[in-house]
Amino acid sequence: MHVLICGGTGCKSSNSLDIIDNFRTILKEKNLQNEVQVIKTGCFGFCEKGPIVKIMPDNTFYTQVKPEDVRRIVEEHIVKGRKVPELLYMNPENKEHVSDSKHMDFYKKQIRIALRNCGFVDPENIEESISRGGYEALAKCLTEMTPEQVIAEMKASGLRGRGGAGFPTGLKWELCAKNKADQKYVICNADEGDPGAFMDRSILEGDPNSIVEAMAICGYAIGATKGLVYIRAEYPLAIERLRIAIAQAREYGLLGEDVLGTGFNFDIELRYGAGAFVCGEETALIHSMEGQRGEPTLKPPFPAVSGYLGKPSNVNNVETLANVPVIITKGAAWFRTIGTEKSPGTKVFALAGQINNVGLIEVPMGITLREIIYEIGGGIKDGRQFKAVQTGGPSGGCLTAKHLDTAIDYDSLVAAGSMMGSGGMVVMDETSCMPAIAKFYLEFTCEESCGKCSPCRIGNKRLCEILEKITSGNGTMEDLQNLRNLAAVIKDTALCGLGQTSPNPVLSTLDNFWDEYVEHVVDKKCRAGVCKKLMKYEIDREKCIGCGKCAKGCPADAISSANYIAPGHKLSSMTIDAEKCLKCGACISGCKFGAISVK
Amino acid sequence: MAIIKLSEDKVRVIKDICASFGNKSGEIINVLHQVQGRFGYLSAEVQEEVAHELNMSVAKVYGIVSFYSFFTMQPKGEHPIDVCLGTACYVRGAEKVLDAFSRQLNVKIGECTPDGKFSLNTLRCVGACGLAPVAMIGDKVYGRLTPDMIPGIIAEYNN
Repeated sequence: MHVLICGGTGCKSSNSLDIIDNFRTILKEKNLQNEVQVIKTGCFGFCEKGPIVKIMPDNTFYTQVKPEDVRRIVEEHIVKGRKVPELLYMNPENKEHVSDSKHMDFYKKQIRIALRNCGFVDPENIEESISRGGYEALAKCLTEMTPEQVIAEMKASGLRGRGGAGFPTGLKWELCAKNKADQKYVICNADEGDPGAFMDRSILEGDPNSIVEAMAICGYAIGATKGLVYIRAEYPLAIERLRIAIAQAREYGLLGEDVLGTGFNFDIELRYGAGAFVCGEETALIHSMEGQRGEPTLKPPFPAVSGYLGKPSNVNNVETLANVPVIITKGAAWFRTIGTEKSPGTKVFALAGQINNVGLIEVPMGITLREIIYEIGGGIKDGRQFKAVQTGGPSGGCLTAKHLDTAIDYDSLVAAGSMMGSGGMVVMDETSCMPAIAKFYLEFTCEESCGKCSPCRIGNKRLCEILEKITSGNGTMEDLQNLRNLAAVIKDTALCGLGQTSPNPVLSTLDNFWDEYVEHVVDKKCRAGVCKKLMKYEIDREKCIGCGKCAKGCPADAISSANYIAPGHKLSSMTIDAEKCLKCGACISGCKFGAISVK
Repeated sequence: MAIIKLSEDKVRVIKDICASFGNKSGEIINVLHQVQGRFGYLSAEVQEEVAHELNMSVAKVYGIVSFYSFFTMQPKGEHPIDVCLGTACYVRGAEKVLDAFSRQLNVKIGECTPDGKFSLNTLRCVGACGLAPVAMIGDKVYGRLTPDMIPGIIAEYNN
């Protein structure tokens, strides 16, 4: 029997490590430590209901487990074979308990290729990975295929770069393979910087061996003996697990000299990022690995010709690499049966925001936003209305209800004014203000712009200033036109992908939420109640009983007596000085009588 | 050459770290990671010493330190508070949480309380979007935060 406990970031933050400790202690107490194995796995995906505990082989999926629930699980389920119903997932529609993840709406429409092992293996034990088919693809490549055949298979699969741009992976490998050099490099881009996206982290934390294997396969195909992983220093757990996987792979003869006795040499080293979004761009990433500022350079030359230390290098994103071993074992033809013709396979999305089921999902390309948001995501939180979904992070755009039935792939998202990006998918309801969201992304871009080219360095700053003007109630209709013009110039003239896509959040919100911009400019109103400078806090003097709780809690001393006693009350009601008010909302949350409102 | 005001011990630590990377200028980012790990932040003197050891100009080292957001030239508080401003947290009200911390501690973003106990900063995505909005205090993650929870959380550390 196995007990699998999620050790991903989300569940870990809700004490899953204490749960693991409790399982170990209680099993020992019952003398069951040899029969039941306790395994800390990577992310199961259903972060909303974490921490998650899975019991194998009967596939029971316990949700929102607390450390104190462990004793019951051991005594009831493990000892007596009776499931603990209160800890099972409850279908929100018919209130029935579901014990197997396969029957949950969250998992039904998912197809797991890149995440195939996440939540099923102990990521710190290579043998578990091998028992689930790990390193089979590498063995197949080294013993049955020529490097040309590997590349041909990758090309035939139609796999496209999952980092966001969607460049065909097989073609990238071929370009690098063609260049002759004494040393080439395989680089894995694990510098996931898109705020709200954690796909790559989950793969590295849940199944690091698939990345090690894929990099070795790529090395064989392009003729490289060295691999480098550029990973964020902010991901200590992913770094640790990758290190363990590399060390174990060396021990098992799957890395190092003479891999599997075939004469092929390949080894992997880690390089740490230091927090720069632009380093996701491959030329910037390479400069950062060389110990410089991570500034991009003009392409060509492409890294396939002159990359790390001037040698031909192939840069692939984590999720792209995670697909490689499966394509080799099951074949390109099988891979093409999933997804759409131009974008075969699946995509991992980090589903977040105002949605019931936050988590990590992997879905076939061609699925609609409606299926993702309403079936997998379980709809909008608290029964509110869907307003927009943001894909592609700071480079993407906001899509609206009219895009809900668009089949998602690289090309359809671009056509709709957004992009695939690395896989962040943030759902928003009516409490989100679209000009403020555009400003939020622009502030991010301004902070992260490397400053090398002026369209990005200065242009985005100006865009951000205009948005500040609009969201503080000082905008004009001319400003809206200026936003559009400036955005177009930045798109056309910026040096790298970051600058060329940075105006997308502005353009897509202008296109899809024009009315909301006009309201901010003409009526000086923010319908979502987000833009503080357009809000006014008021106390209803008839409802106020004059208890003064709001005045005590006000950090700005903006509340005082109104010198007016409402009929039926004993004390004077209170009033807010709009000049002093910080609009922090402390008074509203403190008022038991519902007398304070935002206008 | 700059006058180094660092203590002998600190100079020794920096020299050892640089030597462990072969004093190669290409290893500067790894060196800075380790040095910051030891001292908490990268002061001007520390940067001068690193530049000296790796045979680089101080300007180049400063250029790298200021480029990457992970490197900091400011000392952090005993309990560094980082409020996540990733998109998922933002749409679930992270700004209000940040305001509440700022109000409670009476510091602005990037500042440290006068007693050196708390410092307040923001970061982009902890990867715990299921718990949004989140903040980290040291290594501990606090999830599903609302502004009224903040005074209680700060009190945990004041006792």
